[in-house]
Amino acid sequence: MHSDAIVIGAGAVGAACARALAGAGLTVTVLDASGAAAGTSGQGEGNLLVSDKLRGPELSLAMRSLELWDGLQRELDDELPPGIPPLEYERKGGLVVATTDDGAAPLLDFAAQQRAAGIDARPLTAAEALDLEPDLNPAVTAAVFYPEDAQVQPVNATEALLASARARGARTVFGARVIAALPAASDRLTGVRTTRGDFTADHVILAAGPWSGEVAACLGASLPVRPRRGVVLVTTRMPHRIFHKVYDADYVAAVESDAASLQTSSVIESTAGGTVLVGSSRQQRGFDDALDLTAVREIAEKATRVFPFLAGASVMRVYGGFRPFLPDHLPVIGPDPAVAGLWHATGHEGAGIGLALGTAELLRDLVTGRAPQLEPGAFAPSRGTLAAA
Amino acid sequence: MTRVAVVGAGPAGLAAASAALRAGAEVTLLDAAAATGGQYWRHLPPSRPAAREARLHQGWRDFTMLSRAVARHPRATVIAGAQVWAVEPCAFGDRAPTLQYAVGDADGSDRDVRTLSPDALVLATGAHDLTLPFPGWDLPGVFTGGAAQALAKSERVAVGERVVVAGAGPFLLPVAASLLSAGAEVAGVFEASPAGTLAAGWASGAASVAAMPHKLGELAGYVVGQLRGRVPYRAGAGVIAAHGIDRVEAVTVAALDADWRPIPGTERVIACDAVAVSHGFTPRLELAIAAGCALADDFDKLNPAGLDGLDPAHFDGLNPAGLDRLNPAEPAAPRPWSRFVAVDDDQRTSVPRVFAAGEVTGIAGADAALREGGLAGWLAAGGDPGDRRVAAARRRIARYRGFARALDAAHGIRPGWTDWLTRETTVCRCEELSYGRLTDVLEATGSRSIRALKLATRAGLGPCQGRICGRTVESIAAARNGAPLDGVVIDRRPIAAPIRFSELARLPHPEERHEP
Repeated sequence: MHSDAIVIGAGAVGAACARALAGAGLTVTVLDASGAAAGTSGQGEGNLLVSDKLRGPELSLAMRSLELWDGLQRELDDELPPGIPPLEYERKGGLVVATTDDGAAPLLDFAAQQRAAGIDARPLTAAEALDLEPDLNPAVTAAVFYPEDAQVQPVNATEALLASARARGARTVFGARVIAALPAASDRLTGVRTTRGDFTADHVILAAGPWSGEVAACLGASLPVRPRRGVVLVTTRMPHRIFHKVYDADYVAAVESDAASLQTSSVIESTAGGTVLVGSSRQQRGFDDALDLTAVREIAEKATRVFPFLAGASVMRVYGGFRPFLPDHLPVIGPDPAVAGLWHATGHEGAGIGLALGTAELLRDLVTGRAPQLEPGAFAPSRGTLAAA
Repeated sequence: MTRVAVVGAGPAGLAAASAALRAGAEVTLLDAAAATGGQYWRHLPPSRPAAREARLHQGWRDFTMLSRAVARHPRATVIAGAQVWAVEPCAFGDRAPTLQYAVGDADGSDRDVRTLSPDALVLATGAHDLTLPFPGWDLPGVFTGGAAQALAKSERVAVGERVVVAGAGPFLLPVAASLLSAGAEVAGVFEASPAGTLAAGWASGAASVAAMPHKLGELAGYVVGQLRGRVPYRAGAGVIAAHGIDRVEAVTVAALDADWRPIPGTERVIACDAVAVSHGFTPRLELAIAAGCALADDFDKLNPAGLDGLDPAHFDGLNPAGLDRLNPAEPAAPRPWSRFVAVDDDQRTSVPRVFAAGEVTGIAGADAALREGGLAGWLAAGGDPGDRRVAAARRRIARYRGFARALDAAHGIRPGWTDWLTRETTVCRCEELSYGRLTDVLEATGSRSIRALKLATRAGLGPCQGRICGRTVESIAAARNGAPLDGVVIDRRPIAAPIRFSELARLPHPEERHEP
């Protein structure tokens, strides 16, 4: 079967790319080795954040994505069948706090730089922070509020984007794991061989998250994407006592870190279901998904420092997801430098939901030859910071 | 000295502990309940002894002998009220997995958090009641068979004055008998499988069943001795709805075909004030899964659940909506109703030094659990595999596996049951998910991922973590959209029981934990 474009990966990024390409008039087939949102997109919090970013290409991509997320529900209202669950888009705002004396000044400096870059970052006194979050540890040493931080339910968002893509003519095939390039051993990729047969296309977009490195290798390309594991704890249901996304200022340092060893920091928020999600950790250990109690314990300890009442809360479930890590902490969006016909839209690490819509828009512009809204060079798969990796 | 940990103190766990002690091991027996005995030997609190206790329980002598032998043994430590909440596989494979457990009242604030790193582990975590949903099953007055029996046995309380017993399997009979003994009227016992299925199913295991006169005698004893003449028993019928405003006032019973599809025109309404329903048992697999044990979804195969891609021949195009629908040529969905821990003839799981026994390895009753536990405990403790009792135990267990197969063939859940659901029927009680909503989401998304489906519908995300609805949701999803492709089974719960943040903070640090 032939399409204008194949998207490999039915996670949030692949779904957004499929929708954008189908919207531009291309026939699109989405292939996934498993099902929709079965990987990274089904194992995270659905963060749409600006608070953890500094001036630079990722911030531009995040801001453009947030703008698009803000309008998405209205666009989808007319398109989607009733069985598609709601996006649960909420612009609830983020509150970043420091809990140590050493952490206060770096947080306030970081916020000042963000303000200069156009982020709405508002320093608060401890009393103001407690107005926003009455159960916060009163001993916070600094606090900054980010009204633009938002969230979606990531599985629902992925399913909605895919359903919208299908409404625009795209097709989804699950259980189709990519085995090889079509034709084998050629500079120009014209399709893929999968466990469910051959699919040909003019463009093949690789959006397989942490598995992108493996799939790229199948297709004769090289992409240094590695899995980085993150763990999120889910509490039993409790009365609503946390009203924003609340982070420990350590979070930014953990995101920016290259270290393979375990790093944890607090990311705490309530869900519509009444549970509280408490993240998060980052650790490189391949695709090992065994429960790591050291991470669980550290996350719990740090969260209790931010919200002391959590000491009495119970963890009911843990998520352990793999995020697509690239050594220079930027996603790859654009053509593969070696294999013509292959495009990349991956490597967003823990920010894939937040960056999905901007990524899809940029990819669509590049594939269809439109003038991109964003400067694509920083995301180019050919960039020098990846070549060394 | 070999240190053996046994999780679960029902028939299998007690037998395992006893055999491991006999083989010379140091044994720690953990159970979440306040006393040993498990679901099967649920007995009165010590302050209320009953003279007739022995008559109310199968094999009461087995229990008293085993529990005394274990409790009084100098090399045994029995810890009741011990909730194993996590299992960590051994990173190097040279030891058994580490157990994390909390001791004390689950609602109390000062549980003691402890760690156990045994040389060998026996998982005997048992099973809980399996109840298929039907309209009105969430009304007060609808009980699981196990709950009705437990109240009758331990509190001498019948769940109602006039009770309907329904579902599938021989367990319906002791439930009815215990209700009678607690003073209730049993308005009828309705077995879903029709007589033809029962006959064929039991005949399929004729050799193994005939070899167990005790087992057959036990079943026949219920029918003849206690129920005959007092309770109407009907095969090929089931409760397809319960009615009432604040609680059950009546049920609709219909004849069911061989696939358990209600036969139109056969419905009749029976007045009652309680219903006891059991369609079988769900093994408690989470600790075995956390330990890394392979699962079997058939009685004969060591077959880890989940599919790795599909045969290309099964792909023959897409439908006009662009959704790749269930293809009839696809391999059959894994059978969530018969998913157990895979074990070999010695009760060894796929993980070195980890054994499993009892209902987690297949539903074959307490006698089978006793034999399996005994074999597992003996071998886990390093007992002589050439011991003549080992060979005898293996032979007995092989016959019990035949019995389990026959039980499944006769009473196993058939796919037509979903026909008695309405759009409004609650499927997941914790999250109040209806059958209509679930099928709408399956239809609109074509979902093939159990993980994504749970998050999109909230099925199994509530306090019971899918223990009640999980397999129902899996089988509905597989029937509608094809077998799940993400390899996720709903029984996977790395946190096996809720654990407080304050308790996590008291966990020993890793450098303290992995001392030899």
